Amino acid sequence: MGFNQIKDQQKKELQQTGEPTRPLKQYIPAVDIRENDKAVTVVAEMPGVSKETLDIQLKDGVLSIRGEACAVTGEKETMILQEFEPGEYIRRFTLADTIEQEKVEASMVDGILTITLPKIEPAQPRRIKVSAE
Amino acid sequence: MALIRFNERQLPRNPWAELEKMRHEMEMMLPRYFSNTQPAASATVYPALNISEDDANIYVRAEVPGTKKEELEIFIEGDTLTIKGERRDHAAGEKISYHRQEISYGRFNRAVTMPTRIDSGKIKATGKNGILTIVLPKSEETKPRRITIEAN
Repeated sequence: MGFNQIKDQQKKELQQTGEPTRPLKQYIPAVDIRENDKAVTVVAEMPGVSKETLDIQLKDGVLSIRGEACAVTGEKETMILQEFEPGEYIRRFTLADTIEQEKVEASMVDGILTITLPKIEPAQPRRIKVSAE
Repeated sequence: MALIRFNERQLPRNPWAELEKMRHEMEMMLPRYFSNTQPAASATVYPALNISEDDANIYVRAEVPGTKKEELEIFIEGDTLTIKGERRDHAAGEKISYHRQEISYGRFNRAVTMPTRIDSGKIKATGKNGILTIVLPKSEETKPRRITIEAN
């Protein structure tokens, strides 16, 4: 682990059912979802999205993340090679009942969004000591 | 760019030359009608790069989400720019289980040749929101220079 070469990751474009009303491309960010005893952590890759253009909503047990990657190219510059474009990252997750929705926290560092979803107390495993008779 | 004297250019005697020229012209016309914007070329290697230029500089921007400043190395050798780095899963080793793992981790290395000569002493690099921006000033002799026409 750690020594492997990163393979190219193609950004997944969101398949839309209707016609787009905005000229922005929409992407589905790649995510890692991890779980430990205390919480479930969602890590989403959203390069170019700042804290200000990020919008996270939790409604009816559905967590939606939306972030806009603004254009970074200056107006007077001419493109020579373009492999990524500004766009919008959109993804939704349905939360399990075991998540304490009031305590959900999020942070955004270097284009990586981390959302911590703490579990409700009873959902955390508790070790029961067996007392010897 | 090498200059070729116009009359020195030998035209091959090809009976289909005229037809080929027509086909070429047709092909040149087509994209103009079908797409106004040029789609982004998809990157085949990590990280994805955008390269642009203005009169003074060349700008290289790379999408490197989650890579810290210390994990990135930028080299310039002649006119070849190399971006090297490693992306680590900082949670690896902890006692966790994965439900989904779509982000890939590991080392990356990408080299690009600059279209013009670079003043390698004045290169600057900054990182913001997971996008690395490298500003490479063009060397003095390759900067566009306006030539004034002298009146007789």
